[in-house]
Amino acid sequence: MSHHSITLNVNGEEVTGEVESRMLLVHFIRENLDLTGTHIGCDTTSCGACTVLLNGRAIKSCTLFAVQANDKSIETIESVANGGLHPLQEGFWEKHGLQCGFCTPGMIMSAKQLLADNPNPTEEEIRWGISGNLCRCTGYTKIVEAIEYAADKISNPTSEEVSS
Amino acid sequence: MTQLEDRFEHHSPTPEGSSAQVETTDKVRITTPENICGMGHRMKRKEDPRFIQGKGNYVDDVKLPGMLYMDIVRSPYAHAKIISIDDSEALAMEGVVAVIKGQDLEAAGNLHWMPTLMSDTQMVLPIDKVIYYAQEVCVVIATDRYIAADAIEKIHVEYEPLPAVVDPREALKDEVIVREDKEKPTNHIWHWEAGDKEATDKVFAEASHVVKVQIYLPRLHVSSIETCGMVANYNKVTEHMQMYMTSQAPHAHRTVFSMVSGLPEHKVQIISPDIGGGFGGKVPIYPGYVCCAVASLVTGKPVKWIEDRSENLQADSFARDYHIEAEMAADDNGKITGLRVNTISDCGAADAAANPSKFPAGLYSICTGSYDMKAAHVVVDGVYTTKPPGGVAYRCSFRVTEAVHMIERLTDIMAAEVGEDPADFRLKNFIRPDQFPYKSPTGWEYDSGNYEAALKKAMEMIDYRALREEQAAKRERGELMGIGISSFTEVVGAGPSKDYDILGIKMFDSAEIRIHPTGKAIARFGTKSQGQGHETTYAQIIAEELGLPAADIQIEEGDTDTAPYGLGTYASRSTPTAGAAGAMAARKIKAKARKIAAHLLEVGEEDLEWNVDKWQVKGSPDQAKTIQEIAFAAYTNHPQGMEAGLEATDYYDPPNLTFPFGSYICVVDIDTGTGEVHVRRFVAVDDCGNIINPMIVEGQIEGGLTMGLAPALFEEIVYDENGQNLTGTFADYLLPTAVESPKWELGKTITPSPHHPLGAKGVGESPTVGAPPAIANAVVDALSHLGVKHIDIPITPDKVWKLLRDNGVTD
Repeated sequence: MSHHSITLNVNGEEVTGEVESRMLLVHFIRENLDLTGTHIGCDTTSCGACTVLLNGRAIKSCTLFAVQANDKSIETIESVANGGLHPLQEGFWEKHGLQCGFCTPGMIMSAKQLLADNPNPTEEEIRWGISGNLCRCTGYTKIVEAIEYAADKISNPTSEEVSS
Repeated sequence: MTQLEDRFEHHSPTPEGSSAQVETTDKVRITTPENICGMGHRMKRKEDPRFIQGKGNYVDDVKLPGMLYMDIVRSPYAHAKIISIDDSEALAMEGVVAVIKGQDLEAAGNLHWMPTLMSDTQMVLPIDKVIYYAQEVCVVIATDRYIAADAIEKIHVEYEPLPAVVDPREALKDEVIVREDKEKPTNHIWHWEAGDKEATDKVFAEASHVVKVQIYLPRLHVSSIETCGMVANYNKVTEHMQMYMTSQAPHAHRTVFSMVSGLPEHKVQIISPDIGGGFGGKVPIYPGYVCCAVASLVTGKPVKWIEDRSENLQADSFARDYHIEAEMAADDNGKITGLRVNTISDCGAADAAANPSKFPAGLYSICTGSYDMKAAHVVVDGVYTTKPPGGVAYRCSFRVTEAVHMIERLTDIMAAEVGEDPADFRLKNFIRPDQFPYKSPTGWEYDSGNYEAALKKAMEMIDYRALREEQAAKRERGELMGIGISSFTEVVGAGPSKDYDILGIKMFDSAEIRIHPTGKAIARFGTKSQGQGHETTYAQIIAEELGLPAADIQIEEGDTDTAPYGLGTYASRSTPTAGAAGAMAARKIKAKARKIAAHLLEVGEEDLEWNVDKWQVKGSPDQAKTIQEIAFAAYTNHPQGMEAGLEATDYYDPPNLTFPFGSYICVVDIDTGTGEVHVRRFVAVDDCGNIINPMIVEGQIEGGLTMGLAPALFEEIVYDENGQNLTGTFADYLLPTAVESPKWELGKTITPSPHHPLGAKGVGESPTVGAPPAIANAVVDALSHLGVKHIDIPITPDKVWKLLRDNGVTD
């Protein structure tokens, strides 16, 4: 099995690694970098629990090799709170957008790209925007409300702070 | 082990006062201010900050020094003799540490078989033959998960295929015997009855109307987004076995592990960390867990096993698989008089369901539902087939979903038979509020209910009569619209220990509360949250009772070394059992606090009254001691002769189950060209008694409704005639996404449980139980003018399209 040296930017920091060509990006993130917030829920690119941002685009890290992320930048759930909770994190907490929490990091990463592309999505657009992420606990309604909360908060940053 | 004895269901008498008529309201009761956040407050969840920041701690996140990885060789056949297993090539690979086969487990003390939770047996690893597709054949232990995955490809197993039997009616012919290890060569496992056959036959003989339906409730898979897994960590020096495990019942699992392995129970620790959804799938013990524990025992190193999704979808966590034949009788006034049911339970290759011991068909005899009738008789037969063991709950209390689907479908069929609107027919046949406590014909005593109030509220919310007018107009135009009702009764919170046990362990549950000197607290419970929010709701229960702010109470569960013994979280039992234990333990603390307050205030105990968070002198409320002041005194200034400290434990044994209920109304539109069913509206009125946290209750209901939509329209585990699973990935087994899920419309009534210390009932599973028949009834209603009386779920577009084509609606 051939090995490769890779260098990438993960959550704002440069990291290097020696990986087998077949190593999945999700395993590199979880096991080599110990960033276990990114989860694995299936092996067919269906569930979205492993969603991270690759150069700002939401991707399923179970379906990319670590070597394919060479020279690229990755954002995982661990980078989302930046000096305080991100409006999406606030929204999920405030609106009860999670129960077991296993799908939540992937949901938040997909929603992050959704709001970057479309700051004021309709309910329908939100539903399609997270349709690559499966949740078995919430029934999605409160996830949709959480994303609406974040969209509103990002558009109107002066609105009242949420207590934590 | 011999086949299980034939069983007849008996219920012990319910204690007086455990059931009663109680008032129904729609107002949530709040008695504490927001800073205390007792019951009724929409408190944000205490567990969420870690989950939203990627700091949860699930089993696959556990990483121990020197940890090895396990992978499993699985059978490509549903039924086959094993001729040989050649592991030499795998063992020669760099990084492969060991291969464990059935013979190795046998040599280690007959560990190749294990007991199931239903007192049957199940293979851990086979020696002679495999009896289901994807069965565990042997396991590889390696230094890396990739090497382990490579190595299972290098193990060569020679099989001699045998005929499979996937239909339990075929299996009952005993031409193919699944379990040749049993004394009797038959696939029939048990026969179970409830109710009164003679009285039921008489009612049917006298009936003016009899309707009959055959229902297949297909095999489902719980599909929690986290699969099953374990990290086993055996220390050869201390002889201590630590197991991080995806377990909904860590204490019961510890006892079973100890009894099967011979490891002393004080040396066995199960830690159930954050769990990524359970839904019943993490109640049984699967062969992978046992192999992982053995692998750590053998190697003396930590070993991790995490299922792939395809393994999970093919080998474990299966539910339903009931073949039902049911009849309903009614008199000439359209009053339901009786129910007669015959059912075959397809158990797969072992009866490994997670039912209480006395109840091989679970609580299926609740099937007379919300309707008052004279007599009922229910028969179920358990049958082996060459499929993986099934029978987990899929978010339901032991087969209640099967019961509710049957009675709610039959009720619609009978309403059509007697020519009445299904809502009016239900209102006429409901058990009336003044009939509670209600003794059902199959022996249940319903604690409280007001079915009429729930249905009327749902009808009002959705404007039922206007929908009927709209439907009539649309039908004139050839458009297909249907309205479906489900008025379900649940039975949750097992249970009174005289009737309910798992492998002999009584189904009580427990809580232990310790108040620290500075008035903060830690409380531990015998249950285990998998997303239900126990860290928040249990804190609110204690806050309600003691006036300590819920924010000041840390809740812990899942570590068997620290938490009190309990039976775990499933079947909506946490609030009815452990939640009650939390309230009772808090009341013990409150009683001791009263003595300390009397000492501090130099008055008699009888001179004190409780006020939210303090004991105060009657008629002189300025003279008071808060719970925090009392806690400090418990360690610094307690009365001489009294034990120091402020803590209590309670093992709660409920006097009866709780009976949540509700009425759901669903509106569907059907595409006449494709047969696709669109759920346009869905109103759900639930009654779960007093509410601890309305936000969490809403979340449980919305999630449960989506898990009810799933089997109604999408999900089914399908086997071909050779017993191969054709739905082994999420590309084939379709979970609803946000796009398919409607925006649920919720309403509530509140009819407290008369026997629960807080008046609460369970809620997490009601919607999974109630939603499928509402949707099925709506689809049948949309097609009823074409003569359609029943469609089995999942109601897929191709099923509907075929019906439309056969009836000339489309071509």
